[in-house]
Amino acid sequence: MSGYYNEDDLPRFGEMGKNVPELWEKFNEWYGAVFQEGALSQREKCLIALAVAHAVQCPYCIDAYTQESLEKGSNLDQMTEAVHVASAIKGGAALVHGLQMRNSAEALSM
Amino acid sequence: MGTSLVSAQHTPSPAEGKLCILNNRIGQSPQRMFDDALAASGLHPLTAIGIEIFQINVGKLCNQTCKHCHVDAGPDRTEENMTRETFELCLDAIRRLDRPKIDITGGAPELNPNFRWFVEQVRGLGCHVMDRCNLTVLALRSQSGLAEFLARNRVEVIASLPYFSADRTDAQRGDGIFEKSIEGLRKLNSLGYGQLGSGLVLNLVYNPTGAFLPPSQKAIEADFRRELKKRHGIVFHSLYTITNMPISRFREFLIRSGNYERYMNKLIAAYNPAAAAAVMCRNTLSIGWDGALYDCDFNQMLELGTGFGVSRHIRDFDPVELARRRIVTGQHCYGCTAGAGSSCGGTTAGKSDSCKILARADGSRH
Repeated sequence: MSGYYNEDDLPRFGEMGKNVPELWEKFNEWYGAVFQEGALSQREKCLIALAVAHAVQCPYCIDAYTQESLEKGSNLDQMTEAVHVASAIKGGAALVHGLQMRNSAEALSM
Repeated sequence: MGTSLVSAQHTPSPAEGKLCILNNRIGQSPQRMFDDALAASGLHPLTAIGIEIFQINVGKLCNQTCKHCHVDAGPDRTEENMTRETFELCLDAIRRLDRPKIDITGGAPELNPNFRWFVEQVRGLGCHVMDRCNLTVLALRSQSGLAEFLARNRVEVIASLPYFSADRTDAQRGDGIFEKSIEGLRKLNSLGYGQLGSGLVLNLVYNPTGAFLPPSQKAIEADFRRELKKRHGIVFHSLYTITNMPISRFREFLIRSGNYERYMNKLIAAYNPAAAAAVMCRNTLSIGWDGALYDCDFNQMLELGTGFGVSRHIRDFDPVELARRRIVTGQHCYGCTAGAGSSCGGTTAGKSDSCKILARADGSRH
């Protein structure tokens, strides 16, 4: 194995349906429905996906949703702001856990 | 301002060089041939259903050198321009048709010295005329009064504007082009173009500014309408999204940037039978600057003339056989059949494309 992440693996995503085709089909159907135009536009959903892709640090998703966002008409201003939103929440989430630390410290301290 | 590929001696030999890359296998997997896709959709052989649009490419001369240009047009392309004699042959052909729409393109078609004369001639025949305008040509000293001329002759203006901001527009079309384009749009608006009820039609054209497909025409049109009005006070009628063809300068960009394989695979995976059934070549005849006949402007740039025994030059124009001709196809045709489809009038299938990581894993989902 040359590395853990391989660009050529993305088009092979469908292989995750091997052995469990009914699960793959359910996932596929749900995934497709999620990204249909609804109360949110497809462009907005792509920007959310792009932000989440950064939060979960998935290079496949970042690659895919960068392209999809451009193809939905988003520009770099909007895409960069979306990533900042994800980063702020991630940073804030780490920081707010500091209260756990403070609570634990308080419980342990005289 | 850059130069054309021809001037830079950067283009492969004509026709076969341009086609050999398109028709080769992509990467490790065999490429699905376009004719096979057509056959699976019950559309092979693809045939014309009439000549409703008479599209004339009057020459390759242009005041811009856009990075995606499928014509490889530019200021240095001074030789390939339609003569008055060939325009006269076009007029003879148009008189034998039932008032087709006249779609004038280039290059910057207005730079052809016969442009204004020809517009007046076809307007005199009662034809609707469309001018594919790059907007900056309106400000050239040599083109004084051009916007007023277009308005006076009720010419529909189809103007290129790849995005509503300067960075992406200039990245594709050259430094400072966005500002000059906005000035051109302001001039057209001041004459009534794009205004409701004026009858002066102003449509915009969006081209992706990179190796990706265009967005939903309806969605990006709304973005353009909102942003151009808010930022610049510009109004227009409709916006057409057009997929970049993997030929000429855009193909060179794809190869140079390492995106060619991915882009072609995306076009092929996004093949849409509904878009294939509605491709523009079925109701369009394309005429080159030298009078040669083609099924579309893209075939023209690949030097793929009309085939299967029909007339190949405007002097031999036969409206009956050309109206039902078999169309010459190739791998580049995937550019017109991907997703919601693409034509000189925008999308063809009215089908929104999908948006998901899965789409790249399963092309059939588009």
